[in-house]
Amino acid sequence: MIEVKNLEKSFGDAHILKGISATFEKGKTNLIIGTSGSGKTVFLKCLLGLFDYEKGSIEYNGEVFANLSEDKKRDMRAQMGMVFQGSALFDSMTIEENVMFPLRMFTKMKKAEMKERADFVLKRVNLEDAHNKMPSEASGGMQKRVAIARAIVNKPKYLFCDEPNSGLDPKTAIVIDNLIQEITEEYDITTVINTHDMNSVMEIGEKIIFLRNGLKEWEGSKHNIFKTDNEIVTDFVYSSNLFKKVRESLNK
Amino acid sequence: MQYLHNIGSYFLMIVEMFRKPTKWSVMKQLILKDIDDLIIGSLGIVAFIAFFVGGVITIQTALNIDNPLIPKYLVGFATRQSIILEFAPTFISIIMAGKVGSFITSSIGTMRVTEQIDALEVMGINSINYLVFPKFIAMMLYPFVISIAMFLGIFGGLTACILGGYSSVEDFITGVQIDLIPFHVAYAFIKTIIFAFILATIPSYHGYFMKGGALEVGEASTTSFVWTSVAIILLNYLLTQMLLS
Repeated sequence: MIEVKNLEKSFGDAHILKGISATFEKGKTNLIIGTSGSGKTVFLKCLLGLFDYEKGSIEYNGEVFANLSEDKKRDMRAQMGMVFQGSALFDSMTIEENVMFPLRMFTKMKKAEMKERADFVLKRVNLEDAHNKMPSEASGGMQKRVAIARAIVNKPKYLFCDEPNSGLDPKTAIVIDNLIQEITEEYDITTVINTHDMNSVMEIGEKIIFLRNGLKEWEGSKHNIFKTDNEIVTDFVYSSNLFKKVRESLNK
Repeated sequence: MQYLHNIGSYFLMIVEMFRKPTKWSVMKQLILKDIDDLIIGSLGIVAFIAFFVGGVITIQTALNIDNPLIPKYLVGFATRQSIILEFAPTFISIIMAGKVGSFITSSIGTMRVTEQIDALEVMGINSINYLVFPKFIAMMLYPFVISIAMFLGIFGGLTACILGGYSSVEDFITGVQIDLIPFHVAYAFIKTIIFAFILATIPSYHGYFMKGGALEVGEASTTSFVWTSVAIILLNYLLTQMLLS
C-alpha cells in the first residue's frame, strides 16, 4: 500500500502540487486522472522518488520514502516497476536483453535462468517471437508490452504506469489496460496508473483520483465517476463527443 | 551564479560516479563497449589527422629555416618537439572533444530525453555510475591513442620530408633522436591522462543534466564541445606552466 499525505511540490514560482493526500491499495489498479497540466506526471514522479517535494510525505508500507538513506531508496526502487509514457526501452539492447536487464542488475540468476524468466514474461505479454528484435523495430503497442514485461520481470511490489496507452489505437489500448489489470491481480501488487483516457477509466478504474490544478478534486471508482455531481469531473468525463452522445442516449 | 551552480553539479556528479557501483558483470560489458566506441572508433580519424598534420609541420618548419647555418636535422627535431609537446596531446584532444565528446553528450542526452535515465533511476540503479564510470575507465586508454598519434605524426613528417626533399632521412631521424628529454614525454602523457578525464566527464555532465527534447540534445552537444575545449586549453596552459617552467 502507498499512502500520500499532503504532498506539495513547486518548480520555482509554479506551485504544481498543492497538498494532495491519497491512498493506493494493494491488488488494485489505482488511476490518477486529470487534464494535461493538472500535475499527474509530477505526482507520479514524486511517488517514484524522481522528484523531491517540499511538504508532505509518501509512505510505502509504512516507511516514509524521503527518510530512507540513498542506498535504501535504491533498494526500495528495485521493488518498483515502471512503464514510461514513451516505453523508455534501452535502444542499444534487444527486447530480450531489455527484459532481462533488471534480473542482470539485481539477481544472481544464471543466464539460462534469466532467459527462462524473460521468456515467461514475454509470453505473458503475448510477445513470444520478439526476443531478438531491437526496440526500434517494434511497434508502439509491442514496445509498451515489452516495457510491462521489463517492469514485472523482477516481481515488483509496486507497478507504476505513465499514460500506458497513449499513442496506441483503441483496440491495442484496451489490450494493454486489461494486461495491466490482470498482472495486478495475478501478482497482488499495488498499481498506480496515470492517464487521461476515459476508456481506461471504464476498463480498469478500480480506484480513481481526479487531479485539477495540483489538487485532488474527486476520488471514487469507475462505478460512480459517471454518476458524480461534481461538475468539473463531469465536464472532464463527458468532454468527448462519444461520451456526450452516450449520455444523451441514456437520458432519453 | 549559474556557472557556480554548474561547476558544483559537475563535481557532485564526479563524486556520485564512484558511489554505489554497478554489478561488475554488467560494468565489464559497458567498459568494453565504451572502449570500442570511444577508443577503437577514434583510431581512424586520429591516425589520418596525425599523419597529415605531422607532414604539414615538417613542411612549414623546413620552409621557414633556409639559413645554411642551421643544421638540417632541425626539421626532424622541431617536428618531434611540436608533435610530442603540443600537437598530439592537445590538438588531438580538441578533435576528440568534437568526436568523442559530442558522441557522449548526444548518447546520454538522448537517454535523458527518452526517459531511459529515469528508467535506470526507478530501478534503483546509480545512473551516473552506470553511464559515466565506464566512459571514464575507457578513456584511461586514451594515452594509447596519443602514442599512435605521436608515432604517425612523426612518420607523416618523415614522409613529407622525403617526398619534398627538405632533408635526408638520416638528418630527419637524427633530429628526431637528438636532445630527447624523457620528461617531455612524461609531461605529454600527464596532460593526456588529465584531458582524458575531461573528455569523459564534461560531455557526460552536459548530456546527463540536459533538459528538453531533440533540439536541446544538439545544443547540449555544441555546448559540451565548447566547454570541453575551453577546459582543455586552460588546463594545457596551467599544466605547462606547472610542469615545464
